[in-house]
Amino acid sequence: MNVDLAGALELITRVVGVRGAMVVSADEGLVVAESSMDGIEGAAVAALTAGVVSRLTRATAAAGRSAPAFVHLQAEGGSLLAVPAAEDLLVVAVTDPDVNVGLVRLELRRMAEQLA
Amino acid sequence: MRVIEPWVADPLQRFLAESSARLVLLTTSSGQVVAQHGFTRALDVMSAAALGAAIMASTDELGRITASGASRALSHQGPSRGVFLSGFDVPQGRWIGLVVYDHDSSLGLVRLFFDRLVGELTALAPVETPAREVLAADFENELNASLRSLFGR
Repeated sequence: MNVDLAGALELITRVVGVRGAMVVSADEGLVVAESSMDGIEGAAVAALTAGVVSRLTRATAAAGRSAPAFVHLQAEGGSLLAVPAAEDLLVVAVTDPDVNVGLVRLELRRMAEQLA
Repeated sequence: MRVIEPWVADPLQRFLAESSARLVLLTTSSGQVVAQHGFTRALDVMSAAALGAAIMASTDELGRITASGASRALSHQGPSRGVFLSGFDVPQGRWIGLVVYDHDSSLGLVRLFFDRLVGELTALAPVETPAREVLAADFENELNASLRSLFGR
């Protein structure tokens, strides 16, 4: 893997409404790289997002479905989006409520493909 | 969960619920067991307390030799379980936390909620006399005394 993580995360945070983006180790729930996470507790987001995705993955497996390719957690104050990538990584974005989710998802998947 | 210090119970219960840790052991640096969750045998608590204290002492010394300062925490990831070990200061003195977790949790979650546990313990700790110097004989005596309290032996 030879990816400019900072540059790739920058492309995600350039989308209007994205408050921050990060790459997280899915198994350990630790931050690998992050960008523009002002006012957001990066370590907490990484740990909790990895936990949520891990449980969702087990839930879908128990239901006989494949692992989630995109997770969208919608809350009153905004959204948390996550896309699993290779090398046991997650690409995560924290957004405002009115963000263009489709565009962010596109950028997250683009980065996940780069990490493959 | 069993606790020697009652004010530790609520924060530790929250930590267990939030982190999904399997085993937790809180000890003073002098070997007194403050609380434990998940251990069923006094012998296991004794071994874990002694090993945890020895590891923290070794890493602190390593930090001193390499001028990197006292270690805050270290972790070990096994194939099915991980171990998180951390030394932290409360008004009573230096305590050591040993946490064992599995696939229901992660190092990130344990670290996150352990930091919160330390914050809560620091805030709730009753004001007591400062900790005295730790001697080898004290370590064994206090460890044995706390094991008798926890396991009734």
